[in-house]
Amino acid sequence: MQLFPCPFCGPREESEFHYGGEAGNLRPDGEVTAERWAGYLHMRDNPKGPTREIWVHMTCGEFFAMSRDSVNHKVSGSSVLGDVEHGA
Amino acid sequence: MTRHYSALSLFKEGIAGQTGWEKAWRSPDPKRRYDAIIIGGGGHGLATAYYLAKNHGVTNVALLEKGWIGGGNTGRNTTVVRSNYFYPESAAIYGLAHSLYKTLSKDLNYNVMFSARGILTLVHSEAAMETAARSVNAIQVNGIDCELFSVEDVRRVVPIYNFSPDARYPVYGGTWQPSGGTARHDAVAWGYARAASRLGVDIIQNCEITDFIIEGGRCRGVVTTRGAIRAERTGMAVAGHSSVLAAKAGFRLPVNSYALQACVSEPVKPIIDTVVISPDTGVYVSQSDKGELVIGGALDRIPSYGQRGNLPVLEGVIAGMLEMFPIFGQLKMMRQWAGIVDVVPDSSPIIGESPLPGLFLNCGWGTGGFKAIPAGGTLLAHLLATGRHHDISRPFDLDRFARGRLIDEAAGSGIAH
Repeated sequence: MQLFPCPFCGPREESEFHYGGEAGNLRPDGEVTAERWAGYLHMRDNPKGPTREIWVHMTCGEFFAMSRDSVNHKVSGSSVLGDVEHGA
Repeated sequence: MTRHYSALSLFKEGIAGQTGWEKAWRSPDPKRRYDAIIIGGGGHGLATAYYLAKNHGVTNVALLEKGWIGGGNTGRNTTVVRSNYFYPESAAIYGLAHSLYKTLSKDLNYNVMFSARGILTLVHSEAAMETAARSVNAIQVNGIDCELFSVEDVRRVVPIYNFSPDARYPVYGGTWQPSGGTARHDAVAWGYARAASRLGVDIIQNCEITDFIIEGGRCRGVVTTRGAIRAERTGMAVAGHSSVLAAKAGFRLPVNSYALQACVSEPVKPIIDTVVISPDTGVYVSQSDKGELVIGGALDRIPSYGQRGNLPVLEGVIAGMLEMFPIFGQLKMMRQWAGIVDVVPDSSPIIGESPLPGLFLNCGWGTGGFKAIPAGGTLLAHLLATGRHHDISRPFDLDRFARGRLIDEAAGSGIAH
């Protein structure tokens, strides 16, 4: 069982977490083309190697950003959501 | 040299000391230019090569594989072939694959060991029986053989299931596709490779794509670890690595890559002569001709390119399998592995021209690519030869995501994939 670092609760078992999506996939404002909207809804970078993702720790219910490698699964860090990840 | 496989040639080679067998496929050096390039030496790529040559007479074709053929998901799946799908578009595409599988051994002169042993999808509640009845109706309307099973029917087909009154997942019935079954995964890859090679296709292994040649806004070929290779049309069938190639070509796909695990037990005497799927435990089981129980389950929950798999899902799969078949409690597991599958939002494939003209896609099969190999090959070959969609592949174009016309089989067929 791999441990993931929740920025609020510390290291917890991976089964307590749920993948939320790629970080930085911001919802487009206003009137957008069907292609742009499909891009936001469906198109993904899906990188092989280092990746930055949104995860939710289901136990505490908090969303956060986690940096991870999609090949060797090593986690390099996690942080509370900033402007880049959720466009606040 | 002995080229044709038959009982007679086996007998003759036996007398001659097995010295006359020709290599199953040639391994030529790549030429600088072809009429078409296929990226990916899995089942879909190899089938594309074969049908390009056979159906369209296009034989000046290079198939490029970064590792060895059949070494990706084709060598890592659980070999199930079925076509019991809810939507007519899906029934057409998987039905085409299924019908080609039935005659594939003869077609390729290679025994792919297709065994129509039937597929049973279990139902574990009264409410789910209603859904199953609707599903069976839809599948029958699609022209696919499918029956609604009662508990007694299930008991007849899999007497070793856990029918005890305190079972965590009691059986209320099932859906049964009698013509579904399994095929030998490696043989599918090798059979297509041999047949394509004999028709003139160059199968080039250990040849990784490093970039695309893009001129005048079109794909004009690829740069590989064995030099640049040009062609006016390129097809890619690389499953879980589709996004990686798409990034090189300058576009994105609606694909998330996940590891899908499977495992096999030690070989035992024949105990289960069909394929049993339980959507509630998320587990399916069949028995290989060698006697191993082949066990598969749900996707890992973590996006991944690591071909290993994580422990929590494997644990859940084994627990589910023991819940279904307590009789397997003493079995020793022999091997576990994972393949990287290309999961799309509607669990249906993507076939068609990519945003980069001249580059054609065959991806998005997710966890169900093996069963579709003959269809994926036929349809990508049609695109590469004609530049246009086959009627069966048109609904599966990438444009469906912008148009909102998804073919949502995750909901439709009741099986997560």
